[in-house]
Amino acid sequence: MTRASLPPNPEPGLNQPVTPELVSRHGLLPEEFGRIRGHLGRDPTLTELGIFSVMWSEHCSYKNTRPLLKGFPTERRAPAGGYGRVLVRAGEENAGIVDIGDGWAVAFKIESHNHPSAVEPFEGAATGVGGIIRDIFTMGARPVLVTNSLRFGELENPATRRLLRGVVAGIAHYGNCVGVPNVGGDVYFDRSYEGNPLVNALCLGTLRHGQIRRGKATGLGNPVYYVGAATGRDGLGGAAFASRELSAESASDRPAVQKGDPFMEKLLIEACLEMMAVPGLVVGIQDMGAAGLTCSTCETASRGGAGIEIELDRVPQREAGMNSYEIMLSESQERMLVIVQAGREREIEEIFAKWDLHAARVGKVTDTGRMVVTHHGVPVADIPASALTDGAPVYRRQARRPAYLDGTSRWTPEAAGLADLDAAGARDALPRLLAHPTIASKRWLYRQFDHMVQHGTAVEPGSDAGVVRLRLGGREKFLAVSNDGNGRYCYLNPRRGAAIAVAECLRNLACAGAAPLAMTDNLNFGNPYKPESFYQLSECVAGLAEACRFFDVPVVGGNVSLYNESPEGAIDPTPTVAVVGLIEDEAHITRQFAPAGRGRLILLGGAPAELGGSQFLGIVHGLKTGDAPALDLAAEKRLQDFLLAQIRAGRVSAAHDLSEGGLLVAVCEMLFGPGDPAAALDLSGLPAPRLDALLFGESQGRAVVAAAPADEAALLAAAGGAGVPAAPIGELTGGGALSVRTAHGPIEWPLAALRAAWETSIERAMARPGIG
Amino acid sequence: MTGAAMNVAVVQFPGSNCDQDAFQLFAGGLGLPTRYVWHKETRLGDAGLVVLPGGFAYGDYLRCGAIARFSPVMGAVREHAQRGGLVLGICNGFQILCEAGLLPGALIRNSSLEYRCMTCELAVMDAGAAFNPGALGARIRLPIGHGEGNFRIDGPGRAGLEARRQVLLRYCDNPNGSLDDIAGVRNEAGNVFGMMPHPDRAFERFHPSRDGLGVARAILASGFPEFARRIA
Repeated sequence: MTRASLPPNPEPGLNQPVTPELVSRHGLLPEEFGRIRGHLGRDPTLTELGIFSVMWSEHCSYKNTRPLLKGFPTERRAPAGGYGRVLVRAGEENAGIVDIGDGWAVAFKIESHNHPSAVEPFEGAATGVGGIIRDIFTMGARPVLVTNSLRFGELENPATRRLLRGVVAGIAHYGNCVGVPNVGGDVYFDRSYEGNPLVNALCLGTLRHGQIRRGKATGLGNPVYYVGAATGRDGLGGAAFASRELSAESASDRPAVQKGDPFMEKLLIEACLEMMAVPGLVVGIQDMGAAGLTCSTCETASRGGAGIEIELDRVPQREAGMNSYEIMLSESQERMLVIVQAGREREIEEIFAKWDLHAARVGKVTDTGRMVVTHHGVPVADIPASALTDGAPVYRRQARRPAYLDGTSRWTPEAAGLADLDAAGARDALPRLLAHPTIASKRWLYRQFDHMVQHGTAVEPGSDAGVVRLRLGGREKFLAVSNDGNGRYCYLNPRRGAAIAVAECLRNLACAGAAPLAMTDNLNFGNPYKPESFYQLSECVAGLAEACRFFDVPVVGGNVSLYNESPEGAIDPTPTVAVVGLIEDEAHITRQFAPAGRGRLILLGGAPAELGGSQFLGIVHGLKTGDAPALDLAAEKRLQDFLLAQIRAGRVSAAHDLSEGGLLVAVCEMLFGPGDPAAALDLSGLPAPRLDALLFGESQGRAVVAAAPADEAALLAAAGGAGVPAAPIGELTGGGALSVRTAHGPIEWPLAALRAAWETSIERAMARPGIG
Repeated sequence: MTGAAMNVAVVQFPGSNCDQDAFQLFAGGLGLPTRYVWHKETRLGDAGLVVLPGGFAYGDYLRCGAIARFSPVMGAVREHAQRGGLVLGICNGFQILCEAGLLPGALIRNSSLEYRCMTCELAVMDAGAAFNPGALGARIRLPIGHGEGNFRIDGPGRAGLEARRQVLLRYCDNPNGSLDDIAGVRNEAGNVFGMMPHPDRAFERFHPSRDGLGVARAILASGFPEFARRIA
């Protein structure tokens, strides 16, 4: 069908013909342009072309990943203990929502701001935090915690230090001011992220079931309000920018990076929650994040099965002379779209006046199914709303197994002739591992984040999981959150590496005493048009889905960030995973830090001899090779169930999972807490074909627990009954040394030196002369 | 002041984010009648203690507290202080009280040029009958969370603070470069208190300490002899 063209745009510059070159510069393929013409029945105007380009970018449309994501379980098979039901599923809204019992729920999601952070680390990271917080309060939830998953290049590189400093300062600037505690996260340093850091931010909020809000435009004639900051020329086309590879020219994309105003965000949170608390006032609400006014209007209309009309002259603008293309594509921060019940305009206006905020009526809900935009009285865009959302193209890209996997997956230390460590070599290796920034204390980062505001933080950053107290009416519950995602494992075995990320998150939660609720994930990958990258992506998604189905942990939302490539190549495939869990009883909150005084250390999960993908291979031998560690999902589940049962039985005084760095690093991290105990280990009874694998191998499904001597026998007996391998490996002592007996001889370290290596490594790297 | 007026008002500026923390310290931690006062209000009612909470009032994009001091409610806070009423500024509240001239000194950027969130050991100074090591213990532990807590004062002011025993708390391991390790001060009259550390993050079972309760009681006791007797 051919439709009549729109009248000329009042801004003459926007009336240029839409040439193939313009289409290509908007990141659209010729066949996608054909599809746009099909939806419109005519050529798009330049404004419409811009609208399609951002809505059909990977960031907004998931056009290359949607078929893969369908493999994720979105519901829980067996909600446990009267909670765990998914109330809002992945993809339905800005964030998923899960029941936590007693009429309460949590909304949470993780989202990336990788490309902006690569170009402008401070503002990129800051607005990443702002964006994810808006996604959560948009659902009607009060944000109660944030966490981050961060990946950087090697810290020896000055460019990495600049990025790290900027990203951390940006997260701190925004999150601290808004007043949402930053209770945890994970950070890795690896050359593959050089020039393309990953900045993934998670936010979680709490709400009553009845407070859930939707991003839906319904009710013919209902007014559409624009609230929050005015629209400027910043962040033009940021979603499209995020859907390209980074290049030497990316720095000139800096105008595509937005600037955040956390004070405005704080006011918006309070005003919006106040507004949403008024029964029946708000019909629908959505934040203006990626693709700004464009995305919020067409998505709300599409979800509501309605149409929407907006007049750009009514949009609050930061500068004069903005044209329709700029206003529609601006990604200025701290803006929301609210559909209000007709006749109740004064109520919303009064609330926003109280908070000294803009609340501008910019349009209305229609029944045409179309998104109609007018400027100076002239229609400048007229598009079926669903064409921008459900009508986006969907691709199944070509996948090809990367050739390097043939070599890495067959690698073994024996075949490579890698000499084992002797006792002296092991003594040298441990402090090197502890000082590597991936393993070292992240205190330099988290002491810059306010992790205590809202006075609910029960376990501060630095333990296996962050824990916050939730006040739910008259009741209290505790919520634990853990982030994981080992890109090295995913590089060596995408499917298993991704499954390990899920398993490790759940193990962290079990160590903290929490039963898992649900997961959110951020898929950080390279260019999906490259078959090797797409292979990594599809295998990782399959691995995540398998693990989630096995553990009955639904995926309730997340984010996809592709094109993570710098001129040096793609990043390691990095799905970052975050799982949240519940602790019903405060007494069951467990930390990784062994207490002072007498106690036994027990290794759970055995000691297989694996070295593949370990930090040890990377740090000591400069190798990123071998297969990722084996993963036995059933054994993992037995371990987690056992940990939870023993914690609930009161037999565990500290628990810590084994991950990067293996057994000795895990034991050290248990000793580096406030109790400052020492330990004497005897590993001579464990099978150890190789000393390096015994001490530093990263076999999965393992944890170390500390128990009072009186509880040891019962704990070991219970392990036998549960089918969990358990081996007493030593004692907590005084005396300030870590001593280890092995079949290869005794080794001893002064703990103070180990602790200093671990605690101050990043601080020393980041120190600036004359400042302190 | 009598026991009848022993209720607490927590001021909410736009950008306050520890208002609920302060509220819970007094309402939940001490069980006192506590209410919020919006920054546009010009009366404080019958409040015995007025708390200016932590946060980033008006965004603090200028000097911390530089805008908040002009807030409508600050006229009432000033009158309350002048009448001898108790005022406590925590973190951003301390910065606002300094900007408003209700407390001596100023708070500038941390010497690290970075925000610091951590738990600090503090030495309790002898700052009068209610606030002294005898009442609180020689050492307490309270969290801090600030980017601008580096206390500064001119020479005569510094000498005056010491001479009049106006220093409440000193850091044992200075986290921000504060002059003389000063973490909290009172005014000369002894009814206006300011501190960078957060007693409102140290009162629940799972907090790093519960020393915030003692600090709050000490401040209340200095203005409410009856309260001091009751909690003694």
